[in-house]
Amino acid sequence: MDRREAVARLLGDSGALVVTGLGNAANDVAALTDQGDHVFAMDGAMGAAVSVGLGLALAQPERRVVVVTGDGELLMNLGTLATVAVQQPANLTVICLDNAAYELTGGQATHTAHGVDLAGVALAAGWPAALTVGGPGDLDAARKLVDADGLAFVLVKVDPGNTPYDRLDRNGQSIRLRFRRALAGDAHLD
Amino acid sequence: MTWPDAVYGVLRERDTRQFAYVPDSGHRRLIDLAHDDPDVRAIPLTCEEEGVGIVAGAHLGLSRAVLLMQSSGVGNCVNFLSLIQHCAFPFLTLVTMRGEFGEQNPWQFAMGRAVEPTFHAMRVATLRADAPDDVVPVVEAAIGMVDRGGQAVAVLLGQRLLGAKKFGQ
Repeated sequence: MDRREAVARLLGDSGALVVTGLGNAANDVAALTDQGDHVFAMDGAMGAAVSVGLGLALAQPERRVVVVTGDGELLMNLGTLATVAVQQPANLTVICLDNAAYELTGGQATHTAHGVDLAGVALAAGWPAALTVGGPGDLDAARKLVDADGLAFVLVKVDPGNTPYDRLDRNGQSIRLRFRRALAGDAHLD
Repeated sequence: MTWPDAVYGVLRERDTRQFAYVPDSGHRRLIDLAHDDPDVRAIPLTCEEEGVGIVAGAHLGLSRAVLLMQSSGVGNCVNFLSLIQHCAFPFLTLVTMRGEFGEQNPWQFAMGRAVEPTFHAMRVATLRADAPDDVVPVVEAAIGMVDRGGQAVAVLLGQRLLGAKKFGQ
């Protein structure tokens, strides 16, 4: 499945606060939203996306929080799936775009290429819902998990290949301040 | 009131809402207080680095968090501290020290000695407390640096304060 199509159908007009992992996940969400102020698109700190999303979800229980990341990024800190399961935040969805490869470094196989099932890991850790999207026909059910109350993990099997976006804002201070100001509705916040 | 109770009061007065931690005997009282407090989230971690991400996420969500860990976990945080430095997140951690005053477990020295160089390499300032009367003023100073000054600060709770673990007795 095309990853840009999947991200558009899972996130388009969702109104959620979004944290992304590095690389193509950041590019995909930035391209969809023109890197909106509600998007914290990381292009480094590999492995941190879900933990940042957890802190955000616990801080903003009235808002939906969606983490969009890749299989390689998630594999770097699988323990966070257990930490999230213990907290059970009712406003968090993690979308993992699984291309079974470290695409940015030359397409080397990740563990998922060898059969590691990240949705199975989430379920075993205690996530109440985990869905694998194998094709476009599964996207409507997955979108419900993005929008509905609860904690959910969505694993999307996507095609290999990079999805560049040449306008990604990598200024960390800028994206942090934009995100907070938009959330607070206060242009003068720090 | 013992210093851990006083520190908890200072952290709650600061409106700290998330206490992310990897357990340590030196943090036991703080961890228990956080678990017993209905207004905060106590968040046990599988690895200290997750706590760095959680503190950043809480800040994005207009809230405040703290990371509690032992010196042996500081090295686990380096990659995620790049997020703190690059985005200039305010960041507060309290670190109980091992591998220094009176340490009897030789495994603790390597990471204990690396704590300050590691934090300084990642541009996290360190403040030390080595006596009970130091702890509250040092934590208050760190909070001012973090919440007003926008800095990343680690408070190192020295082994002289905590007492060295006894082995083989």
